[in-house]
Amino acid sequence: MRRSPRSIFQAVWPPVVFGVGFLVVWETAVKVFDFQPYFLPAPSAIWAEFQQNTTLIWDATKVSGLNALIGLLVGTALGVSMSFLLARFRLLNDLTTPLAIGLNAVPIFVLVSVFNKMFAITSEVPRRLMVTLVVYFIVLVNVARGLREVDHTQLELMRSYAASESAILRKVRVPNAVPYLFTALKIAAPAAVITAFVSEYFGGSQNGLGSRIVSNISISKNAAAWAYVLGACLLGLTFYLIAVALEGVATPGGVGSRGRDGS
Amino acid sequence: MNAVEIRNVSKVFNAGRPNAVEALVDIDLTIEPGEFVSLIGPSGCGKSTELRLIANLLEPTTGEISVNAKPARQARLDQDYGMAFQQAGLFEWRTVTKNVELPLELKGWDKERRRARALEMLDLVKLSDFADHLPWQLSGGMQQRVAIARALAARPSLLLMDEPFGALDEMTREHMQAELLRICAETSTTVVFVTHSIPEAVYLSTRVVVMSPRPGRTKVVIDVDLGAERNVDTREDPAFFRKVTEVREALRGMPIGGPDDMALEP
Repeated sequence: MRRSPRSIFQAVWPPVVFGVGFLVVWETAVKVFDFQPYFLPAPSAIWAEFQQNTTLIWDATKVSGLNALIGLLVGTALGVSMSFLLARFRLLNDLTTPLAIGLNAVPIFVLVSVFNKMFAITSEVPRRLMVTLVVYFIVLVNVARGLREVDHTQLELMRSYAASESAILRKVRVPNAVPYLFTALKIAAPAAVITAFVSEYFGGSQNGLGSRIVSNISISKNAAAWAYVLGACLLGLTFYLIAVALEGVATPGGVGSRGRDGS
Repeated sequence: MNAVEIRNVSKVFNAGRPNAVEALVDIDLTIEPGEFVSLIGPSGCGKSTELRLIANLLEPTTGEISVNAKPARQARLDQDYGMAFQQAGLFEWRTVTKNVELPLELKGWDKERRRARALEMLDLVKLSDFADHLPWQLSGGMQQRVAIARALAARPSLLLMDEPFGALDEMTREHMQAELLRICAETSTTVVFVTHSIPEAVYLSTRVVVMSPRPGRTKVVIDVDLGAERNVDTREDPAFFRKVTEVREALRGMPIGGPDDMALEP
């Protein structure tokens, strides 16, 4: 699966050219049409703010990032545990599936306000709970599917070997679910970051990326707000890339991304 | 001792319910060690069901099945047979060698013994050079050879095959048939082989069981006396064509289409 420098270059240059072109058009448009800073700041102004406020942005990133990370880890652990229980006990699955569907239909961010009431005003727990909840469902749905949707031929084979249910779980269901787990993590990692800072819009301490964006906009420091958006973007990207890297380590040779043989 | 003995067996799916289906009635079949028996017939004739009954992946509604003079269930628990399906069913996260080792792992063999046997089996199917490859790196025919190596890894005396070459192209298929005969001769394995293909059944078998559908039953059993040594010339032998014609005549007039064997499973 190694790629030559040449093919990496070929894959990379189109998006880079597009990105640079986009920034140039943006910059030019702001100059030519004389957009006011409260309407749309120029990329150069945002970059200047970003450099000026690096320490502040980094501090805010640490707060939101830690909330996202804790929620991601706890949510993943809970999601994986629950999917094993559901795979083992069909009755539990039948009981909880309608509940899960119902919970999924709740516009989930309203729960932050509820959580905020439960804990102290400066507590980070409501935000972490929020992230946990979002991650939990993404992981649960995917891993449960990976444990359940096993190739029919492979199951018949295992039965022909007189394999026990626990052997089938260890040797077929769990390995089958690994690619599903990483698919879930690739969705859940950026979602955790987004949830962490959107949760900050609903009150609590004014220390994370989300609350900085809101407070800067409210005093019309748009370029500064955009600088924090840039920070949030980088944080989300970092989380995503870590998930992709973990997948590469866990499934060498891209096993997980391949289809099945012939079926 | 008979390799397989099926006595007075019938199979009804969804018995007692409005959607009950009679898959098999009045099945009697005795297979001696070293025989190569093919089950052939149109879709819905119950040939795959019959194979799964021998494998004890399904229980008969009435009648008795024994494998190596044991009840079919005991034979399954003892891993007395190996099995191969139309889909190779390789585990995509395991290397070729690890796939072949799987039945031995479940028998509790230690690592070195497993490894040695797996390499021996890969040598048998001529895939030693691909021991550390992953399944997706192999062609369909090679995957099916790995599946055969895996089915034979525990040295079962009986091999059960459900259209194992059904998804392969004609040339690969003929090559695989010759390979299968060589492997079975080297390992003196008894085979029960489900197929849709008349020439395949005739080329491989010592006996061909022709089945008719709805309900599935044995129509006629045809002995194929083409000798033990079969090669490319066998396919051009007039005796071979006569047997192909005989099987085709036996199948003539049967309704075709209808529910597939697999669809009858609960």
